[in-house]
Amino acid sequence: MLIPCPQCGPRDIREFTCKGHETHMKRPAPDAPPTAWDDHLHNRDNPAGPTRELWYHGAGCGAWLVVSRNTVTHAIAGATLAREGAR
Amino acid sequence: MRYSGWQVLAQGITGNRGWRPAWRDPAPKGAYDIVIIGGGGHGLATAHYLAKRHGLTNVAVLEKGYLGGGNVGRNTTIVRANYGLPGNSEFYSHSLKLWEGLEQDLNYNVMHSQRGVINLFHSDGQRDAAARRGNMMIAQGDDAILLDRDGCREILPYLDYDQTRFPIYGGLYHPRGGTARHDAVAWGFARAADRRGVDLIQNCEVTGIDIENGRVTGVQTTRGSIRAKKVGIVVAGRSSQVAAMAGMRLPIESHILQAFVTEGLKPVIDHVVTYGMGHFYISQSDKGGLVFGGDLDFYASYAARGNLPMAEHVVEAAMTLMPVIGQARMLRSWGGIMDMSPDGSPIIDRTHVEGLYLNCGWCYGGFKAVPGSGDCFAHLIATDQPHPAAARYRLDRFATGHGLMDEEGTGSQHNLH
Ligand SMILES: Cc1cc2nc3c(=O)[nH]c(=O)nc-3n(C[C@H](O)[C@H](O)[C@H](O)COP(=O)(O)OP(=O)(O)OC[C@H]3O[C@@H](n4cnc5c(N)ncnc54)[C@H](O)[C@@H]3O)c2cc1C
Ligand SMILES: [Zn+2]
Repeated sequence: MLIPCPQCGPRDIREFTCKGHETHMKRPAPDAPPTAWDDHLHNRDNPAGPTRELWYHGAGCGAWLVVSRNTVTHAIAGATLAREGAR
Repeated sequence: MRYSGWQVLAQGITGNRGWRPAWRDPAPKGAYDIVIIGGGGHGLATAHYLAKRHGLTNVAVLEKGYLGGGNVGRNTTIVRANYGLPGNSEFYSHSLKLWEGLEQDLNYNVMHSQRGVINLFHSDGQRDAAARRGNMMIAQGDDAILLDRDGCREILPYLDYDQTRFPIYGGLYHPRGGTARHDAVAWGFARAADRRGVDLIQNCEVTGIDIENGRVTGVQTTRGSIRAKKVGIVVAGRSSQVAAMAGMRLPIESHILQAFVTEGLKPVIDHVVTYGMGHFYISQSDKGGLVFGGDLDFYASYAARGNLPMAEHVVEAAMTLMPVIGQARMLRSWGGIMDMSPDGSPIIDRTHVEGLYLNCGWCYGGFKAVPGSGDCFAHLIATDQPHPAAARYRLDRFATGHGLMDEEGTGSQHNLH
C-alpha cells in the first residue's frame, strides 16, 4: 500500500503506523456519560468496505493523516492532514 | 459408518467402494429450534455439543461458504493452555482437556499431537515472568517446565543461541501443548454433529436477523427465511456485520493475520517454538512443511491476504532465530480475518435480544479454543446460564471495566493486541 501523504507525496506503508478508525479524533466531552466513553473507546462500526482511519507518518514528516481506505480491496482513495480535519 | 482400523482394512480389500460422504447436504427446513450462524470451528463444535450434551438436534448450522473455508482452515494449528489470567486460564485448561479426548469423542483423527510448546525468553526479567506464568499454569492444574539455556539447547539444537540482540536465556516448556490438523477439526466436528441429526447448510449466507418484541424469531438467508427459537452468532472476522443485523455495535475490529509454509522437509522441528521478541512462531506439519507466522498486519482488513512488510518482518525473525531456515524454500503465504477485541480476550454471552447469543473476539488464538468454545456456547444456548469455564467472557466488561483480561498487559485498547 502506498499512502499519499499531503506533505511528502506517495510513501510506502512501512513509513506509517495505523492508529485505527478516525473515531479516535472524535472524543466525547470530558463530562459526557460513561456510555459515551465506552462507545468511543471500545465499540466500532468495523466496516467491510470504505473506511477512514488515522495513520501516523513516523518515518516521514511526523504528521497524523486521515486516510480513506477500502478494507476489502486495500485500495487507498486519498489522505488529508488530520489537523485540518480537526479544525 | 464408524471409522476404525478395521474399516480401513475392509475398505482396502474391497476397492474402497464403500466410503460414503462424511456428512449430508440437506436443504434448509423452514424452522429449527436453534440456528447457528457460521460453520467454522466454533460453530460446528457448538452444534456437536448441543446435540451430544444437551440432546438438542433440531439445529442448523448456516455457512455462507463451505465448511472449514474460514479461519479454522487457515490457522497455524497451535493448541495450548498456557494463559495466566483468571477467565482465560480456566477456559483454555477446559478446552485442552476436551482436545485430549476429542478423537475418541468424534470418532475422527484430528491428528492432535502434544509435541510441546516452548516460549523462549531472552533476559532475566523475562525469565522471572516465564517462571511466574509457569507457576500460574501449574496452579491451574496444567503443566509447565522452566528450561534454562542448556535445557533448550538439548531439545532445540538448531536455534541461534548467541544472537547479539536477543540471546536465548531459556524457555517455558508446556509439554501438553502442540498442534492438530486444522481442517480435520472442522470435518470431525461436522461429521459428528451431522451424525446426531444436525443440518449443516453450506452456501447459505445470513443476510438478516428477525426480531419481534425484543425476541429473536429467525433469520433471513440467501436460501430463504428460516424461523428459529434461538440463534447463535459465531462468525469470527465477520462478527461486526452479522451483529449489526441485530442492531448491535460490537467492541471488535477485524484485522488480518498472515501465515507461511515452506516446502516439505524431513523432520527438523519436533515442537512448537515461539520467539516473542521477534514476533515469530514455528512448527513442522506432519506433511513436513515448516508452518510459521508472526503478528497482525495492524490495520483493519477483510482482504484475507496481507502485505509484504509483515511477510518480511516474519522472515527476518525466522532468519535471526534459526538461520538454518534460509535453506528452505517458501511455498505459500495466506491470511485470515481476526475479530480483535480491545483486551485480546473473547466474548461468549447473551445479547440485548432474547434468544440471541454471541460468540466472538477470538483474535488470533481461537483454534485451540474450538472444543472449549463449542462446549461453553452450547451450554449457554441450551441452559441460558454461562458455563463456569466461560463465565468471565462477558460482553459488558468493556463498559464496566470489571473483568478485563488483558493477557499481554498492554492496555485494553484496540490495536494493541
Ligand atoms: C494465519 C492464522 C493463524 C492462526 N493461528 C492460530 C494458532 O496457531 N492457534 C490458535 O489457537 N488460533 C490460531 N488462529 C486463530 C483461529 O484460527 C481463529 O480464532 C478461529 O478459527 C476462529 O473461529 P472459527 O473457526 O469459528 O472461524 P471461521 O472458520 O472463520 O468461521 C466463521 C465462519 O462464519 C462464516 N460466516 C461469516 N459470515 C456469515 C454469514 N453472514 N452467514 C453465514 N456464515 C457466515 C464464515 O464463512 C466462516 O466460515 C489463527 C488464525 C489465522 C488467520
Ligand atoms: Zn509525510
